[in-house]
Parts: sequence; structure tokens; C-alpha cells
Amino acid sequence: MNGTHLVTKVNSIIEKYNGSQERLIQILLDLQKESGQNYLSEDCIKEVSRILDMPISKVFEVATFYSMFNREPKGKYIIEVCKSAPCHVTGSKNVSKMFEEALNIKMGETTSDNIFTLQYSSCFGGCDVSPAVKINEKIYGNLTMEKINEIIDMYRRK
Amino acid sequence: MAKIVKLISKNCGKIVPGSVEDYVKAGGYTGLRKAMKMDPQEIIEEVKKSNLMGRGGAGYPTGKKWEQAYANPRRPEYVVCNGDEGEPGTYKDRLILSQDPLRLIEGMTIAAYVFNIKEGYIYVRGEYLDLKDTINDAIKNAEEANYLGKNILGSDFSFHIQVVWGAGAYVCGENTALLESIEGKSGRPRKKPPFLTRVGLHQAPTLLQNVETYSNISYIVEHGGEKYHSYGTEYSGGTKLVCLSGNIANKGVYEIPFGTPIREIIYEIGGGIPGGRNLKFVQLGGSSGSCFKDEKLDTPMCYKALKDAGLKLGSGALLVIDDSNCVIDFLKCITEFFIHESCGKCTPCREGNTRIFELLDKLSKGIAGKEDMDRLCEISDLMKKTSFCGLGQAATTALTDCIKYMKDEFLEHIEGYCRAGVCNMSGKEKI
Repeated sequence: MNGTHLVTKVNSIIEKYNGSQERLIQILLDLQKESGQNYLSEDCIKEVSRILDMPISKVFEVATFYSMFNREPKGKYIIEVCKSAPCHVTGSKNVSKMFEEALNIKMGETTSDNIFTLQYSSCFGGCDVSPAVKINEKIYGNLTMEKINEIIDMYRRK
Repeated sequence: MAKIVKLISKNCGKIVPGSVEDYVKAGGYTGLRKAMKMDPQEIIEEVKKSNLMGRGGAGYPTGKKWEQAYANPRRPEYVVCNGDEGEPGTYKDRLILSQDPLRLIEGMTIAAYVFNIKEGYIYVRGEYLDLKDTINDAIKNAEEANYLGKNILGSDFSFHIQVVWGAGAYVCGENTALLESIEGKSGRPRKKPPFLTRVGLHQAPTLLQNVETYSNISYIVEHGGEKYHSYGTEYSGGTKLVCLSGNIANKGVYEIPFGTPIREIIYEIGGGIPGGRNLKFVQLGGSSGSCFKDEKLDTPMCYKALKDAGLKLGSGALLVIDDSNCVIDFLKCITEFFIHESCGKCTPCREGNTRIFELLDKLSKGIAGKEDMDRLCEISDLMKKTSFCGLGQAATTALTDCIKYMKDEFLEHIEGYCRAGVCNMSGKEKI
């Protein structure tokens, strides 16, 4: 998102929330989703602060406090491997390894085609199918290498 | 024989989530219709009789909370629902939000009617954004059917609900941090007192409860507090949604009557431990919850019995850990979680968790000494006594319990031996 396009985008999302400073988190969530790269750029944050008439530091504070906000560009799909206790005791380490192998990247990295980012997450409530992963908003569980390859293929084709 | 009772989960999987038509056909909104013919104080009386305790973790009696809020010169002006279940192993609110959101909405509407509140908020953790359409549709459908919004059921009572999404912060499950987050700020806890029923959202008195708590209200109003109470025990009314996770055959959310022994929940409902493994220990109530071994499994699920046994129900998550796991490795995982989730406001929690992790890491590498054990206990005690909010105070509950019940394993690690074979003791040769 560049220049005037960014301004229009930020304006239209803020308008959706009636320009309310109180809806900052919702505004940032929407902006990140529409960024295409799952992140909030510095320009974007500055624009939000200007239009909402809030100090940049306040907007930055919120954008860095919550773990779902990313300050660096990410892949189109973020694969989050849960590393909380229920998944840990059911073998989440193996799941991380399998994804690393299938995507040929390490945890924390993004594939060279910018499609996938692989990272850890705290519990997102997929404990009934642990060890679980979340890809953007969808939860997958009971994973095998075969299933992981199928899932990755499906997202690549999207 | 352990049994499952479906009071609040009866519609789950049976109706189209958020469809008013389906919900009403299944008996929904009978509670609200009845409530609107009752005096608010009568409703509070029924909630008191039900002995419903707050299901978010603290277990404060809901009827008492309502009675106190009603007696305040300035009554609550907002109904807020805490749907930020972040305790690892807890996914019961997810069940209600995804399968029967109207039950929650009806409960909140009854609460709003009691205090004549016009505005409500459902705060849901950002990790559940896949439920956005389901929840929004449920609200829209309820408004269209006149069960929500302006002049509900033709009366002069109006009530609107807004959904607010979190963006990934465990600490927002703490009620005051949650309100900060609704106000669009970083979710750092406020000082208490004043309590929320006096100073809450936008500095106004606020009624705040968990998803599961509100979801019980319509049943209580419809069938009466005594009937609800009769499902549970003397001290804990009704049923509880428990979440089974970890090394257990039937992972899932089950509604059980209070009084069911933990052993029956694990072995009868949960189907026991798969793969021919044995139980090592259980953690109750999420990562901030107590850990215990087999000898406490016969404790009934009931606030009082658990308290007498030195345990806390918390969110109702039951995490089963088998003997392929190492206690030190497990605690490292828990501590990493708290390092990540500490909001950084107070020093004991922000620094304490990191120091504890370093000591556990030394144990897992076989380079810890006896003095490190003392240090662990010292830091843990300090965090309990001096952290600003519940997060830091409870972060080392598992550590304290594990030292208490599995001290031999800590000592083995000091000797350079991990009985589960999980810790690689890589630092040992270097000494």
C-alpha cells in the first residue's frame, strides 16, 4: 500500500468505526488484514495517528503491545504452531519440525515467495485437536506429514 | 458412573448457531420472556438461590455480585462479557460462542434487564476471529426478531450489544485489563479496588462476567435457582463445562454436574490415557492452575472440595500429562508462556518469569545446584506476594506444586539425570 492508496484505505476503515479513538484496536486489526502482508507499516501507523488525532506513541504502544499485530511484513498466510502446554505435551515440537521440513524454512521465517510465515503462538483454543496449528484464522489439528503437505498445497493453490 | 448433563450445552451441534428460529424452537428466549414479567429483585433472588459462581476462574458468587451492584447508589451502566479465554487448555467459551451464541446474548439481555442497562459489550479474543460472522449474525438476528435492540418484545426496555475483538494478549482476560482494551488501549490491569461494579468501563459502574456465567442465566430464570442448584453440590450450583486436553483419549468440552470426582472425568468421560502410558500428573485450571498427582484424583469437582484439597477450579481446564513427559521440560513450557504474556507493568512478573526460566533451563541441562532450587522457591514466593495482578501472582502455581509433589525429579536433574529422557543434559560434560 503506497501514498494516496494508503490514505484512502486508512480513511475508509477509520470512517467505518466513526473515527472513534476507542476503536483503535479494531481499526488496526482491519488495516493489518487488508495490508496483504499481514503487518502494520510505519506509514500506516503514522496515518492512523494523524487521522484519529492521537499521538504516534499511543498508536505504536497498542500496535506493539498485542501479539497479533506485526511490525514487519509477513507471508500471506501465517502458520502458527501452538507451543502452550496442552500442545507441548502432545508433541507440538514434531509439528514445528514437520512444517519446517515441508516449507524448507525455520520457525520465524517466511518462504521466499512470501506465501507462508511459520511462527509459534500461545494457546488459541485448538486443544481438542492438539497438537494444533492456526493458519490465519483457521485451526488444523491431528496432523501428520501427509496432511501437512495437503494443507500447504491447498493454500498454495488459493 | 460419571454423567454428562446438558443444561447450557444442549443446543451445541444441534441447531444452526445464531438462528433465532432454531434457538426459540429449542426453548430459547423462554428465560427472557419470563424475566421481563418478573421484578428485577426476584431475578437476583433466583440467581442467588442457584449458587452460580463466576465461571471465569475467580468463582465469585454471581447472585452476590448482582445483589451488591443493585444496592449501589449508582447501578451498573454496562454489561460486559469476558470472552477472552486465554488459559491454555481452555476452549469452553469457544464452544458457546461458536455453537450457541444466542444463549450468551439472552443471558446478557436478562442481566441488562435487571439493571436497566442499555449498552453491552462482548469482548472476544482475537484468536477467535473465525467466529466473527457467527457472533455478528446472532446479534443481527436477535435484533431483527426484537429480542435485542430497541423496545425489546414491545416493552420500553432497549439493549444493544457491540462486539469488540482482542488482538492477542492473555492478560486481557483480567477484568480491568479487558476494560482498558475495550477502551482501545494496551491491556494493562488497573488497581483494585475500586471494583468494577463501582468504577468500570468509561469510569462507570460495570457488570462483567464470563461467557459461561451469562450462558447459565436463562436456564436459572426459566427453571428457577433451586432446580439449577440441585444438579450440583451444596456449595457449587449446577454444572460446569470442563475442557479435557493433553494425553487423554477423548479430548473435548463436556458439561458435568458439580460433585463429579476428577478421576471419573478423566477415566470415564475422557477415556483415560492412550498409548499404554501412565498418568504423571494433572494440571487444573490452565497454565496458572495447580498441578497434582494421582492421590488427589478422587477430589470431587466442586469449589469447596477443591479448596479443601488445596486446589482451584479456575477455568475448568483439565490437562492430563503422561509419564513420557519431564516435569522440568513442562515447567519450562509454562514459564515461556508467562514470559511472553507478562504485560511488563510490574517488575516481579516481568523479571521473575525470566529468572525462573533461566534456573529451569540450568536444571534441564544438568548444571543446576541445590542452591538453584532455593532460588526458585524464593523468586516464586516473591512473585506471589508482590506481583501487581493475578497473572504474576499465579504464574508460579505449577512450579510450587511440582516442587512439592515431584521434588525427587528436581533432585535427579541436579544429579544430571532425567527419568523421562527428555532433557538432554548437554551442559553436564562442561562442568
